[in-house]
Amino acid sequence: MILSIMRTGFMSLRRDRGALTLSFLVPIAFFTIFAGIFGSRKGGTDPISVAVVDEDRSAVSQRFVSALQAEAGLRVSTGPAPAKGGAPALYDSASAEAAVRAGDFPVAVIVPKGFGETPFAFGPEEGGPKLRILNDSSDPIAPQVVYGLIQKSAMLSMPDAMAAGGTEYLERASGGLTPEQRARLDQSMADLRALMAAKHGAGAREKDTPPKGSATLSGGLIPAEIRDVVGETKKSPLVAFYAAGIGVMFLLFSASAAGGAILDESESGTLDRILSSRVTMTKLLLGKMAYAALLGFTQLTVMFLWGALAFQVELFRHLGGFVIMAGVTSLASAGLGLTLAASCKTRAQLGSLTTLVVLVMSALGGSMVPRFLMPELLQKIGYVTFNAWAIEGFTKIFWREEPVTHIWPQVLVLLAAACVFFAIARRLARRWEMA
Amino acid sequence: MGKTTLIRCVVGRVVPDQGSITVFGEPVGSDAARARIGYIPQEIALYGRLTAAENLGVFARYAGIAGGALAEAVRACLDWSGLADRAKEPVMTFSGGMKRRLNMAAGLLHRPRLILLDEPTTGVDPQSRQRIYTMVEQLRSEGVSVIYTTHYMEEAERLCDRVAIIDNGRIIASGTQAELVRQSFGSQCELVLHFDADSTAGYSKWAEARGGSPQGASVRFSVTDPAREIARILDAARSDAIPVRDLSFKAPNLESVFLHLTGRELRE
Repeated sequence: MILSIMRTGFMSLRRDRGALTLSFLVPIAFFTIFAGIFGSRKGGTDPISVAVVDEDRSAVSQRFVSALQAEAGLRVSTGPAPAKGGAPALYDSASAEAAVRAGDFPVAVIVPKGFGETPFAFGPEEGGPKLRILNDSSDPIAPQVVYGLIQKSAMLSMPDAMAAGGTEYLERASGGLTPEQRARLDQSMADLRALMAAKHGAGAREKDTPPKGSATLSGGLIPAEIRDVVGETKKSPLVAFYAAGIGVMFLLFSASAAGGAILDESESGTLDRILSSRVTMTKLLLGKMAYAALLGFTQLTVMFLWGALAFQVELFRHLGGFVIMAGVTSLASAGLGLTLAASCKTRAQLGSLTTLVVLVMSALGGSMVPRFLMPELLQKIGYVTFNAWAIEGFTKIFWREEPVTHIWPQVLVLLAAACVFFAIARRLARRWEMA
Repeated sequence: MGKTTLIRCVVGRVVPDQGSITVFGEPVGSDAARARIGYIPQEIALYGRLTAAENLGVFARYAGIAGGALAEAVRACLDWSGLADRAKEPVMTFSGGMKRRLNMAAGLLHRPRLILLDEPTTGVDPQSRQRIYTMVEQLRSEGVSVIYTTHYMEEAERLCDRVAIIDNGRIIASGTQAELVRQSFGSQCELVLHFDADSTAGYSKWAEARGGSPQGASVRFSVTDPAREIARILDAARSDAIPVRDLSFKAPNLESVFLHLTGRELRE
């Protein structure tokens, strides 16, 4: 009897393509995406893009910047890409901060004037001017990694400065060295300087291999101030980012459900009745898209209102940008929902297809895992989903506090997506017109 | 092509492979034709979560009715379908018969001149069926043309002035009921002899020799001169010791015509 029940279950599953897809294809698709996001790192991290400003311009600071450039875990940029035929420019502290604010870099490192004289601090009140690390806290991992790599690079590139600073600290703390000790120490320091000079003059160093396993990089001998330049004034910085990510994903589900009403109407004969009245298919689809878009807009509004009430999301300060982004995102979602519905024959099919498409889009587009955590290739692939564009638009408004005029690329892409999806849905719906 | 397909052709939802259809002189699918047609699908084509009044309001708007005319059309159709007291209840709570009546009413909101009813009494209880007959007769008396598809011949006999029989996508006979009977049977009537036995196995040869068709525990004879032929068959039965339990005499009706024209084999 139990065997018969099992057999019936397998027979039904074999004939239900939607359930089969959900059972096998979706897990495989997800496994592939998440393996792509996290599995390709092989124990390391992708290089972090860092803008570096050398205000000191000393031999020590230049050695330090070179060491940062040689560090495999960092992708250092000292200036913006030069315009065609123009001279290369260097970042200063203001332009580096602006680049972080604009989302070009998660971190910028400013090497202050005077850094080269006493780069290391062996005691709490020791050392010269501190390094300044400016970060965008939407990526909370990057500044920590950069700070660790700064310690490593400094120790490897300036052992002489570290030794000199350490000796000075030791002399002060111990009450002074004997002349014999002083002479031997001076000789060792001279040898070390000669070695460093030879090493530094031998040309570019090979890239260091990134640390593996449990190598500890934090040391704190290079004092630094870390400042969150994007989120420092925000009460609850990252909530808007997650509201956008989760909001878009659920918008897609509800848009598909709303579009699916046409399948119910087809099944119940209501569609026949509607299309035999004065309603044409184009009007019907436009009406359904408008409904799904309005529903989506309301959903996003409710979500952000809740965010404003419970998590201090600054909805009312960015109301204009919110209305524009929520409007175009809802339209694009409604278009996709309609396309999905028009490409299916039954609600069950639509359910399976929606689960597959929405979850994959959300995973790739950054609704589940922020895209800055993904490898570069996946970040680029993410742009085929409109989740990525929508989240980027919301991030510009709520996180980077950019003016509304800066979101035109996202608005254009989402509007174009809405039009393309509507055109596809209209084409697919021809099968209902003269069934 | 079946009945439903034909109806959908008239509505403009299916394009025929050949030929053309006009509705009161207007090509099917045109706004003018749509305005004149009231289509009542075989399925319950209503929104289950909406109330009866809301459903009628929705379909009235789709038909282009607005303002005061809309409220009047909804009220009239609720009265006509006998659902005025249930106007504010969701359709999903209605019985099958109530849904059928509302389904019909939703096709009449714009007062069409031609109504297409596709098997409107399928799965309906006897009381609701009688009510639907009354509703159709009322429409007919108001001068509305009704095309009514059905498998039930008694419905066609009661409601239809003209009948067309479609078999395998072709009209195999059409006309008034009397014309169809005359075309199929002339002046023939049907005489049926019933036997006590479970089957006519023992009497088949006897029946076939006298022009009868054995079927179950009875034999059917087609007769053109009932008075003489009944006497002749009963005399033969008595003299051959065939134990007739009962006999019936029936003038052919639409069902006889249908079975005569389409045969008795089971269909898909």
